[in-house]
Amino acid sequence: MSVEKVPPKRPEGLLFEQSTAGKRGCEVPAAQVPAAAPLDARFIRGEIEGFPELSEREVVRHFTRISRLNYGNDQGFYPLGSCTMKYNPKVNEKAARLEGFAEAHPLLPEEAVQGSLQVVSELERFLCEIAGMDAFTLQPAAGAQGELTGIRMVRAFHESRGNPRQVVLIPDSAHGTNPASAHLCGYRVEEIASDSRGCVDLPHLRERMSEDVAVLMLTNPNTLGVFESEIGEICRVVHDAGGIVYLDGANLNAFVGVARPGDMGADVMHVNLHKTFSTPHGGGGPGSGPVGVKEPLARFLPVPRVARTEAGYRWRSDFPESIGRVHAFHGNFGMVLRAYAYVLANGPGGLREIAETAVLNANYVRKRLEGTYHLPYSSPTLHEVIFSDRNLEKHGVRTLDVAKRLMDYGFHPPTIYFPLIVKGALMIEPTESEGIQELDAFIEAMIRIAREAEEDPDLLRTAPHSTPIGRLDEAAAARKPILRWTPATSKGEA
Amino acid sequence: MRYIPSSPGERRRLLEAIGLRHAGELFDSIPREFRLERPLSLPDPMPEADLVEHLRGLSEQNLDPRAAAVFLGAGAYRHFIPAVVDHLISRSEFYSSYTPYQPEFSQGTLQAIFEFQTLICQLTSLDISNASLYDGASALGEAILLAHRARRRRRVVTAATVHPEYLKVAATLTSRLDLRIETLPSGADGLVDPGRLAQSLDPQTAAVVIQQPNFLGRLEEVEAIAEAAHRVGALLLVVVNEAVSLGLLKGPGSQGADVVLGEAQSLGVPLSFGGPYLGFMAIRSDFLRELPGRLVGQARDAAGRTGYVLTLATREQHIRRERATSNICTNQGLCMLAASIFLATLGKQGMRDLADLNRARAEYAKSRLSRIPGCRIPHDGPTFNEFVLELPGEAKPLHRALLRKGIVAGLPLADYFPERKRDLLLAFTEMNSKSQIDRLAEALGEAR
Amino acid sequence: MSEKRQGYPSDLKYTREHEWVRLEGGVGIIGITEYAQSELGDVVFVDLPEKGRALAAGEELGTIESVKAVSEIYAPVSGEVLEINETLREHPEKVNGDPYGEGWLVRIRVGDRPEIDRLLSSEAYRSHVEEGE
Repeated sequence: MSVEKVPPKRPEGLLFEQSTAGKRGCEVPAAQVPAAAPLDARFIRGEIEGFPELSEREVVRHFTRISRLNYGNDQGFYPLGSCTMKYNPKVNEKAARLEGFAEAHPLLPEEAVQGSLQVVSELERFLCEIAGMDAFTLQPAAGAQGELTGIRMVRAFHESRGNPRQVVLIPDSAHGTNPASAHLCGYRVEEIASDSRGCVDLPHLRERMSEDVAVLMLTNPNTLGVFESEIGEICRVVHDAGGIVYLDGANLNAFVGVARPGDMGADVMHVNLHKTFSTPHGGGGPGSGPVGVKEPLARFLPVPRVARTEAGYRWRSDFPESIGRVHAFHGNFGMVLRAYAYVLANGPGGLREIAETAVLNANYVRKRLEGTYHLPYSSPTLHEVIFSDRNLEKHGVRTLDVAKRLMDYGFHPPTIYFPLIVKGALMIEPTESEGIQELDAFIEAMIRIAREAEEDPDLLRTAPHSTPIGRLDEAAAARKPILRWTPATSKGEA
Repeated sequence: MRYIPSSPGERRRLLEAIGLRHAGELFDSIPREFRLERPLSLPDPMPEADLVEHLRGLSEQNLDPRAAAVFLGAGAYRHFIPAVVDHLISRSEFYSSYTPYQPEFSQGTLQAIFEFQTLICQLTSLDISNASLYDGASALGEAILLAHRARRRRRVVTAATVHPEYLKVAATLTSRLDLRIETLPSGADGLVDPGRLAQSLDPQTAAVVIQQPNFLGRLEEVEAIAEAAHRVGALLLVVVNEAVSLGLLKGPGSQGADVVLGEAQSLGVPLSFGGPYLGFMAIRSDFLRELPGRLVGQARDAAGRTGYVLTLATREQHIRRERATSNICTNQGLCMLAASIFLATLGKQGMRDLADLNRARAEYAKSRLSRIPGCRIPHDGPTFNEFVLELPGEAKPLHRALLRKGIVAGLPLADYFPERKRDLLLAFTEMNSKSQIDRLAEALGEAR
Repeated sequence: MSEKRQGYPSDLKYTREHEWVRLEGGVGIIGITEYAQSELGDVVFVDLPEKGRALAAGEELGTIESVKAVSEIYAPVSGEVLEINETLREHPEKVNGDPYGEGWLVRIRVGDRPEIDRLLSSEAYRSHVEEGE
């Protein structure tokens, strides 16, 4: 008999594999009313084959166990560039669960939801002040949906002047949602080059800007974490040709309370409540992507909009040029409420402190790692810093290997391979939610990994070694996709 | 500030390490003309106790859910959420984690998604489901885009009894593309007439769209409609607003639907004034490469262990950019998890019992309300937990009068269909007790 | 069948978009180059045109999907699709393993005057890849 020091972990298995006929986790309330005459058989389903049958106890065990396979932000550092993985305040969770908010049906008459309407109205006002905009909509359910909403409004604006125009200009460093959104609005995308500082190449922009261009979509600071310091001139070039400047607000954490996109010339922008405004990422959602505009675009905002009257808060839909609805109801109110609480907890000083600390932390990481990792751009860093794997190439180690090895050190990897203009990009955004101890621990791990690349590259190429699962064969998974459990699948399992 | 783990001393050390003297220098790359000279004009910061009091006060300016009797549905439904749901989604491993792009650190999230995909397939009787979408309305827009791509045709015919807000959102999403959405009115029975539908279809039709149960609460003849759609090579898209109905009703996939999509808020997600909710989409396997949204697949590591990973990501916007199947960048992560836990807790028998109970309460309400003199059920025939009641007089004034008594008598249908001034759309779930229903009947009887 | 070929076989013609074509007797066989497959990574799915479809030189004829990217494939010369490589349905990885042999994509009937002028020789293609010309 062979004896192992650490016996192999029992795999948890799927809900369906743990089912036993006849078990249930919940009884429904007593009927109270007479049984209804049965529905005609042609509507009624048969038993759902393989649907779970578990006791409450087993449900709790199962999800508790699989939760422990996850690494969450409450556990440790999550330096994902452009994601702003900051602390999720717990009082916000409490707020969302207050019964008056949690149980409010979206179609209740206005007099029955004055509390919720006040939250919506006030957050809109706060965001206007923070962003330097004149009006906001909180309907879009995510940043990408906010972008779509913003570009739709841009199009409506140009159409109202007789020519929708054809082209959207997007820097080559932009996130993929930008061109996807533009295309969905019927525009053609043209790329603007970045210069050696990683910023928009102004001469190239001047060359490409014309009366055929509807909008320039810009992220500022850009996806390299560098502030577009020529933003004033960029906006002038676009405005002079009658175009609109759209600002992707994903990186607002870099200068909230310090500067405002509206003051720089942005005409329309979205913010991500799940980034700068601390709402939890939830393992992939829900988010929220409010959109702000300057006055000339306000009439195109989605309806209905909240108005404050003597009779209290009211919905108003009398905006004939509105682009219509982007959400069946009012947007992700649960996230709006959390962001509202966040702004109230911080106040103006707290918001500014966020930006200062976020930028301070990123610059500290940059300073301590720039001797070890290759820094493709020497421009000043704001809230996120990009390195590349160029210094490790000679050992046959790539960015992916560094990322996987970091997990052995107990850190979530930074964003990798984005933006596309940096080969082997490693984008680190610490956010303000990290103290010096955590930063130092991360920095030390990164330095050790660089040394490991030299001394034992194979260790990195086969990392991670200490996680519940190793590197998965993604190619095989994509060639023969298994996207659900079926009874046959479980029988084939080891 | 209490959320920031930096003391003044530590900040000084960081500044020194960078070679700066004060924090303002961090923003030298922002031109001076744009730097704010004043603090933002926002309320002063609130300590937590004051914040909680303020928020509680606001929440109490909403209708008290325990005192009121609310019979509102129309796309969002109040159901009982077992305590385990909130308990488990409050684990910070789930809610404070990111999108599972690094599978070795995210097997919890990925396995939960794989289970959700399976559960949706089981409920809808289809082959493949994605990891969820923003909400039912955007799911409809995405499904129409899918049909457009799959068939390369420009016409979509939809029943007028699909949720009106869904149709508006879908129109907004698809308005810039070479696509025409046409609406087919329903008959006096509140249903799509498969014969009339067949006549209105042609080889240019990419998709037929219906809702089950439909917006008026009625149950459509899905099989006959599927047949009509398939005869011209169009896809049948079935929208579901009330996912609890799938505990009793046939999965539309078994009746010929090619795509079943909609809103899963009923499955463990609170009403929350309209969001966050949970869109879902399931398809026949033929359309895999056109499916929008995230997908999780099974995979193995070098040691042969089974794990889960985001797959077929090349359809998505962060890789295909302008050629993406959509611009979706998120799924509804935590809401999706809540639904999985809800479904696992209710289980096979629980889902059936819950659906039966919903229908029983609604049928009881139907029998009591239809007997009020002057009131009738205009679309008589099978329904689930929602139906239309016609009043002897105008609905809106009556609705207002009942609101003052703490009763929300559903939705005046005139909000969406102005000509239907006397109609109320009423929903009844397990949260509406017999005594609440009796109270509604009495109040309607007195006020009419 | 000859052993697996790599690099820049001299009997083939190439495009700037990394397709190769072998022309013999009115028929053209098309695939993607070794460089292309290595940039793409593990191929998971290949989307090819229908038989009988007419293609113009430079027109998109399909896509190749890997785990991290999707690439369009363009017709090097005009022609009509005679046959597609059905084995790629079950074994898309052949494009990686033998891009000039078993990983071929499409056979087309070529007209009298195939547009050879727009194609690169093996030498010219090598320069294009290695020196970015």
